[in-house]
Amino acid sequence: MTHLFRRFRGSTEAASATSAAEQGQRLRRRSSGLAEFTRAVDEEEGLRILDLGPTSPTNIAYLTGLGHKAYNEDVLKEAEDPALVVPGEDGRPTRDADRFLAENLVYAPTTFDAILCWDTPDYLHEVLVKPMVNRIHHILKPKGILLAFFHTRDAGPDAPYYRYHIAGGDTLELQPGPRFRLQRVFNNRHIENLFRDFSSIKFFLARDNVREVLVVR
Amino acid sequence: METSGPSGGAHAAVAHIGKSVVIKGELSGSEDLYLDGEVEGKIDLREHHLTIGPHARVRAGVNARDIVVQGQLNGNVHGRERVELKKSAVLTGDIVTQRIVIEDGAVFKGSIETQREAPKAEPKREAVETVATSGAAGGFTERPAVSGATPEALVEQKK
Repeated sequence: MTHLFRRFRGSTEAASATSAAEQGQRLRRRSSGLAEFTRAVDEEEGLRILDLGPTSPTNIAYLTGLGHKAYNEDVLKEAEDPALVVPGEDGRPTRDADRFLAENLVYAPTTFDAILCWDTPDYLHEVLVKPMVNRIHHILKPKGILLAFFHTRDAGPDAPYYRYHIAGGDTLELQPGPRFRLQRVFNNRHIENLFRDFSSIKFFLARDNVREVLVVR
Repeated sequence: METSGPSGGAHAAVAHIGKSVVIKGELSGSEDLYLDGEVEGKIDLREHHLTIGPHARVRAGVNARDIVVQGQLNGNVHGRERVELKKSAVLTGDIVTQRIVIEDGAVFKGSIETQREAPKAEPKREAVETVATSGAAGGFTERPAVSGATPEALVEQKK
């Protein structure tokens, strides 16, 4: 899947975000994708919602406060498990996707009404991205929704990794997180291919070199 | 196992299982417990308080009134009133409780289901959500189960 890689261009906006992250500053911004996501999950109680980011007390409080059952699984952290590292065909270390899926995202089919994926695919090891999306398709209910973020090329290769906290129905707080490296950028066509088994996909262009994507299974 | 309390008083007596203790099987009791050792099996304190200390390694289903986790816990957790994950907590399992408190830094893999409080015999003013954070996100969050307030109201209180 090397075709998914794109070169980075970099920008002053990206540089300032990197600088803010290095100083440990939290950033707050509006999110159209989150607004649409929360509108959808606000309509009824008792939904099952999976957060694929690092444990966020704020997100758990927000989701349980809406009367939902909140699930959490930090996929990126799990993907760093040294036990998953295996030699690739070219001799370079890669990840054992089968073992990753045997130990993570293990749920019955159509368990979830909604999934918060954040920008996990951008930071996840290449060989795990498509298997993870396939598994998400498997565990998400028909008409279930997924919110994901994808960096644009302008974000640059040193785009900091953030933890996303829901600060309101349409507002996110970004907290500099563990140092994961951006693995690639997806263009719109790649994103559409990634989610081609889903029924619809909607793009929102954010100001901070991130495209927000709301996908419906 | 020793029983002690601050200043040796009987009022706040807490049974204590030290970090060198290993227990396999079912652990049940009718007093508060501080557990800093290793347990594999089942822990049932029903109406009492359980603290899983920072050195604890627990592989067990846990049932107590209040549960505070500082160490490693692998198993499903039922805290009848309240479950609290300290920043050093690493918990894998499903939590069912009325109130959940999670410090920023705690690692959690599983599900959280908050149950509504049982109706009281006498009319009583509903508990008010308290959210104290170090910064607007993360930090220390306490939220009762939806206690009469609408979801919108709860969201509004967080702003």
